Amino acid sequence: MSKIQQINRRDFVKLFGLASGGIILGCNTTTVEKKFKPTISKDYFEPNLFIQIEKNGNITLIASRSEMGQGIRTSLASAIADELEADWDYISVKQAIGHEKYGNQNTDGSRSVRTKLEPMRKMGATAKLMLITAAAQKWNVAENVCKAENHHIINTQNNEKIFYGDLVENASQLEIPDEKTVQLKKVADFKYIGKTLKSVDLKDFTHGTATYGIDVRVPNMKFAAVARCPVTFGTVKSFQKNNAEKVVGVENIIQIDRLKPPTGKFFGMLGGVAVIANNTWAAFQGKLALDIKWNKGENETFNSEEFKKTLTDRVHQAGKLVPGSRGNVNSAFKNAQQTVEATYHVPFLAHAPMEVPNATAWYQKDEIEVWAPVQDPQTARSELAHFFQIPVENITVNVTFLGGAFGRKSKSDFVVEAVAISKEIKAPVQVVWTREDDIQHSFYHATSAQYLKGGLDKNSKVTGWLQRVGFPSIVSSFKPLSDYASGFELSQGFTNNPYELQNFRLENVKAEANLRIGWLRSVVHIHSGFGINSFVDELAFAAKKDAVQFHLELIGKDRIIKGKSNYPYNSKRLKAVLNQTAKMANWGKKLPQNHGLGVAIHYSFYSYVATIVEVSVKNKNVKVENVWTTIDCGLALNKDNIKNQLEGATLFGMSLAMYGKISTENGAVEQHNFFDYQMTRIKDAPNIEIHIMDKMEEPPTGVGEPGVPVIAPAICNAIFNATGKRVRSLPLVDQGFA
Amino acid sequence: MKTDLIINKKTYTIEVQKDTPLLWVIRDIVGLTGTKFGCGVSQCGACSILLNGKLVKSCSTLVSEATGKKILTIEGTSENLEFLRQAWNAGNVPQCGYCQSGQLIAATSLLDKIEKPTDEDIDAVMSANICRCGTYSRIRKAIHKAVALKNKTL
Repeated sequence: MSKIQQINRRDFVKLFGLASGGIILGCNTTTVEKKFKPTISKDYFEPNLFIQIEKNGNITLIASRSEMGQGIRTSLASAIADELEADWDYISVKQAIGHEKYGNQNTDGSRSVRTKLEPMRKMGATAKLMLITAAAQKWNVAENVCKAENHHIINTQNNEKIFYGDLVENASQLEIPDEKTVQLKKVADFKYIGKTLKSVDLKDFTHGTATYGIDVRVPNMKFAAVARCPVTFGTVKSFQKNNAEKVVGVENIIQIDRLKPPTGKFFGMLGGVAVIANNTWAAFQGKLALDIKWNKGENETFNSEEFKKTLTDRVHQAGKLVPGSRGNVNSAFKNAQQTVEATYHVPFLAHAPMEVPNATAWYQKDEIEVWAPVQDPQTARSELAHFFQIPVENITVNVTFLGGAFGRKSKSDFVVEAVAISKEIKAPVQVVWTREDDIQHSFYHATSAQYLKGGLDKNSKVTGWLQRVGFPSIVSSFKPLSDYASGFELSQGFTNNPYELQNFRLENVKAEANLRIGWLRSVVHIHSGFGINSFVDELAFAAKKDAVQFHLELIGKDRIIKGKSNYPYNSKRLKAVLNQTAKMANWGKKLPQNHGLGVAIHYSFYSYVATIVEVSVKNKNVKVENVWTTIDCGLALNKDNIKNQLEGATLFGMSLAMYGKISTENGAVEQHNFFDYQMTRIKDAPNIEIHIMDKMEEPPTGVGEPGVPVIAPAICNAIFNATGKRVRSLPLVDQGFA
Repeated sequence: MKTDLIINKKTYTIEVQKDTPLLWVIRDIVGLTGTKFGCGVSQCGACSILLNGKLVKSCSTLVSEATGKKILTIEGTSENLEFLRQAWNAGNVPQCGYCQSGQLIAATSLLDKIEKPTDEDIDAVMSANICRCGTYSRIRKAIHKAVALKNKTL
């Protein structure tokens, strides 16, 4: 982190459109975990985190990460407010535009808090110190008799106090204190951190006044809908637009060609036929009235059911050995008392955020301005610079609220579309995807097949573990012919299997991509969490052992494994969350008839999670009755938000376990909308109890994603315990459950 | 057609095709964007509004059906809506917030009809609304809380 600096007021006003005045502090943080290097202009070495304190006492934070429901605006603000001893009612948050000066803004990988907490706290502490100095000077007393409390500086000798706003003018004249003199609060003194804070955006959320991408209105803007080939990467052969032109409100119909990403970077856009109208509905209707002949291309033969069979055959034969394998599984199996084998499947999945992909763009001569719900505004910006040959500094990406994202909105193909259309029609335009577009043209969570084989000795100890996996790689979206899952994908739960296994062999099999593949909330952990937890349950059953006990024994002795990151894996913490959840669920209790408990644990995004699910099953009707989850995510920044995230992860996991399946026939996705790509609804929402481990001295780790991977396996294990039927292939509706 | 729409007690005179769904009239022509598009086929409830007090999906209601009727959207107010807002705040319900306009309008309709809804009453009405973030247990609690707040006030 660079030094905290005062900011030139004119620059500040220009960049953020905020009123000048008061104390404006900035600092520079950069994170090393990036997928793409944003283009760094030489002219910029600027702070990327800002706070402004005004004379009326208002404190504004510029949030550099996108808000998509994970509560990041509130979490980051709380860290500053705590160190600053601010009154929460004076805190507001302004969303930053996409710009390299913010460092990496890509909001994924459950890492915003992980990487931004300390700089935020330092900023708050620095501002507090300046206010104290200003008060001490005013009273002509030593600084150490002054303390900050609830938006005031108090003279502890006579209890006189001054409001922050009244100190701002003097404080802003001061030099920034040396970083070494800035002290952070002790955990015991936290007022907001680790407590329960309400979202800073509640009022807007409950009055319909939060501006999502789809709510952006620019004077004289048009609305557009795009017809894309049902088969991935198919192109327009010819089209008839007569009927579409007859739709009242339709103004223009143009062909936009695919923009193909260069190898290794970006997402490009699919292309198709765009209908431009004076309202969204007319654009949608015009699109339906188009008569398009497609060149469907090489993906036309892609049938997901056949692919499932192909992947299954492949995982039943030897694959490529993955580094990290150890020992000798073959001799382990030979000497085993018994071996257990099973094959698991997860289908393709779509994110289906409630707000469909959309973007508003205005291409004007050598300038582009975009308003969009993007997780990764910098990649969007670099991508636009690349495709439209406009200097990156002439491109502004305004980040709106995101009406859900779950990974979909980190791919900015919809932004590229809006710019391409705006360029053609020479007017500002909003591209809105229909729900059908969203379901049928996503960057899908990959389908997978896994084969597992385990050996048990006469004491029912696991002596060998073989796992073969196959799933199309995310890398295929950047690099054609990437036919094997990559190392970074396998490191999501496969190579870093949390169990103590001496004979461990991981193999990777070929899996071509015939759809665009992307990441979806918790990504590859969905596969690893499902396969491993289902299989451990099967091993426990074969071993005639209690599943919780079996997991604990398999995790083994207390050990710490240092990886490449600053967050070593600590087996003790994994066992602790499991023990805690077992206690909450009263594991082992007598259950009513047709009820079953199922357990799953998973380590992801450096957080430890254990979940137990109670289901009841009557006539193959599955009801998830109760869910107990414990998370150890280190320092818990905002407890209520963490609970909300884990409750949400439970429902996200339930939807994918019960219904989640995207299938294709002749290359085209067969699902359309929420009637055939279903979501869990309130009537099926279980009681959920969340426990957050008290680990305030540990660094914070991921929260948004780690609650997802455990849900599907815990449900399936519970179904087994209720019915004796194993579900090895998702979703449950395909196995006759409803 | 030229028509008057009464939205949140204000009259808007607009020129529109009569078979346009109300959702797009409210959003694109009147310019009130709090009512959301989610699916377009009455499957998700994001576009819920009250039409003469009746809960409808505006994506599947033609503008011609709304002429002369009173429309309540999330930008408006009603006694029950205000208690629900308080309860939504108290329970820190929203995550991304996108579906919450529809959730609040649907819950308003529920409380308009049933003073003290049971969990089954809540399921019956609110199951028409999808929350992809999964805030259902908070929505349920907040509806019960709104009833409690109202009883305390009255």
